Amino acid sequence: MTTQSTTTTPTTTSSVYTPAASALSAVLSADEQPSRPSALAASIAFGWRAMLKIKHVPDQLFDVTAFPIMMTLMFTYLFGGALAGNTTDYLQYLLPGIMVMSVVMITMYTGVGVNTDIEKGVFDRFRTLPIWRPAALVGAILGDVFRYTIASTTILLLGLALGFRPGGGVLGVLAGVGLLVAFSFAFSWIWTMFGLLLRSEKSVMGVSMMVLFPMTFLSNVFVQPVTMPGWLQGFVAVNPVAHLVAAVRGLMYGEPDGYEIGWTLISGGAILLVFGALTMRLYNRK
Amino acid sequence: MSDRANTLAIETKGLVKTFGKTRAVDGVDLAVPAGTVYGVLGPNGAGKTTAVRVLATLTRPDGGEARVFGHDVVREADTVRSKVSLTGQYASVDEDLTGLENLILLGRLIGHRKAAAKRRAEQLLDAFGLTEAAGRQVKKYSGGMRRRVDIAASIIRTPEVLFLDEPTTGLDPRSRNQVWDIVRIIVAQGTTVLLTTQYLDEADNLAGRIAVIDHGKVIAEGTPGELKASVGSGSVHVRLRDAGQRGEAERVLSANLSLGVNLEADPVALTARVDGNGGGAAEQASLALAALARSGITVDEFSLGQPSLDEVFLALTDHPATDDAEKEAVA
Repeated sequence: MTTQSTTTTPTTTSSVYTPAASALSAVLSADEQPSRPSALAASIAFGWRAMLKIKHVPDQLFDVTAFPIMMTLMFTYLFGGALAGNTTDYLQYLLPGIMVMSVVMITMYTGVGVNTDIEKGVFDRFRTLPIWRPAALVGAILGDVFRYTIASTTILLLGLALGFRPGGGVLGVLAGVGLLVAFSFAFSWIWTMFGLLLRSEKSVMGVSMMVLFPMTFLSNVFVQPVTMPGWLQGFVAVNPVAHLVAAVRGLMYGEPDGYEIGWTLISGGAILLVFGALTMRLYNRK
Repeated sequence: MSDRANTLAIETKGLVKTFGKTRAVDGVDLAVPAGTVYGVLGPNGAGKTTAVRVLATLTRPDGGEARVFGHDVVREADTVRSKVSLTGQYASVDEDLTGLENLILLGRLIGHRKAAAKRRAEQLLDAFGLTEAAGRQVKKYSGGMRRRVDIAASIIRTPEVLFLDEPTTGLDPRSRNQVWDIVRIIVAQGTTVLLTTQYLDEADNLAGRIAVIDHGKVIAEGTPGELKASVGSGSVHVRLRDAGQRGEAERVLSANLSLGVNLEADPVALTARVDGNGGGAAEQASLALAALARSGITVDEFSLGQPSLDEVFLALTDHPATDDAEKEAVA
């Protein structure tokens, strides 16, 4: 194993790495100590990491394209005739709702992602860096926001092709998607908490389903709540997803509803504060 | 630098960390002088990783205190983080990303702008012989390359204290030697290294002082020379032709080498510790072998080796280095 070079041929030795004191010392002493990055800069760096992961593992975009397309087609043609007489009329009611439902459901992958990430050694390295503590999670969710935007766009384009004609025009639709993505950013913190709290990816998925199915189906996504029994109407009235659907509908129809938008912003803010704090508590104690 | 010589890089007093009923770290006192390599030696589950995690601010201790250059790891965690780097037992880089992307990410996270982060990353990849692999995902790297990119990530900002948690476990001999060389160069530049290992020869080769840790407690501490002297400087491994002669062989060896004889699982093998302090281990071993021959015991094979970790443990604790890995898994 000694590198006594009497007649060495450079081509063969170049493949074997020998640590060179000169090169390593140069690297160690050439080190400048930049000032600590801002909370925003650190979060954006982690967001960049999330984008790189999408680049290297593009399969993860399947969830945010194929799943929303399937949901939209399935429910439009399943319920359209029965609930509105024809699918085009029903689509005007359903599309904003199914967009909310699909994107809110996709948020659960945030928890799965955190859960698998935290098991790996790389999170230990992030946690020993002197940076703003939530940055790694905020960055991961920023990557998810990109995914939510892709899902919303996919559904919107499909809807337009099927005959969805929003009265709010481009601005109304953009405002609706913007509100949905902003709420989903806040909502994702529920899943970061579960991602840190639960032991396996499977249990994170299980809990997510238990929460997401009632929150998305027991709402105004598919039907007007007036046809529901009183107790169910009571649940829908306090379900933040139902208020989000109403707010997004209003914006897309060109009839913004200040009450519903306010409800959505306040419930989103409350979710972010409560679950953001719980997440960081778990993150620091992990 | 001169005042650094008397400074302690790491100091713990009565450090305790429990997981349920298990006391993973059970009252550990350490004093690591700045600018040295300090070895923490012990089997799996001894509490080495847990202790390192507490020192690197990843886990909060349940009792006692730990300081890095005088800064408390709990109350001044952020200051400690600005001084330490950790290369964990498992890859502490993102395996989905390329080597270059990993180092650029870390460069940005210590505050570099993108261009400066890229320059620094390329400089590091070059110094670690990874330029050709820069654009490949780390999961496609060999074990040795992975370790190198991991250590490169740890010196993206030259740390004052570098924690290396079992840096050579699972590496082939050549990669292990590369890591040893890298560690020596890093220490020569003034960084303090705390290294955990299961291998006595690794601690012996790199560390100025060693703490032997078992069941969360430090059971011996000192320079490699002091430790080996306390255990006996080596051991004779003997294989007999006839298992029936082993009892007699044990008696003869015990009489000649007073430090104790172990019977191996193999019915013809036994091992005796040799105290090399007085006159040289080789001489004592040869005298013992001559005594075996005089007693008519046929020796098929013998060798004189350094004490293994098992023998150090046996000598220090009177129990073999048990491998209870499930304890470590809790961490």
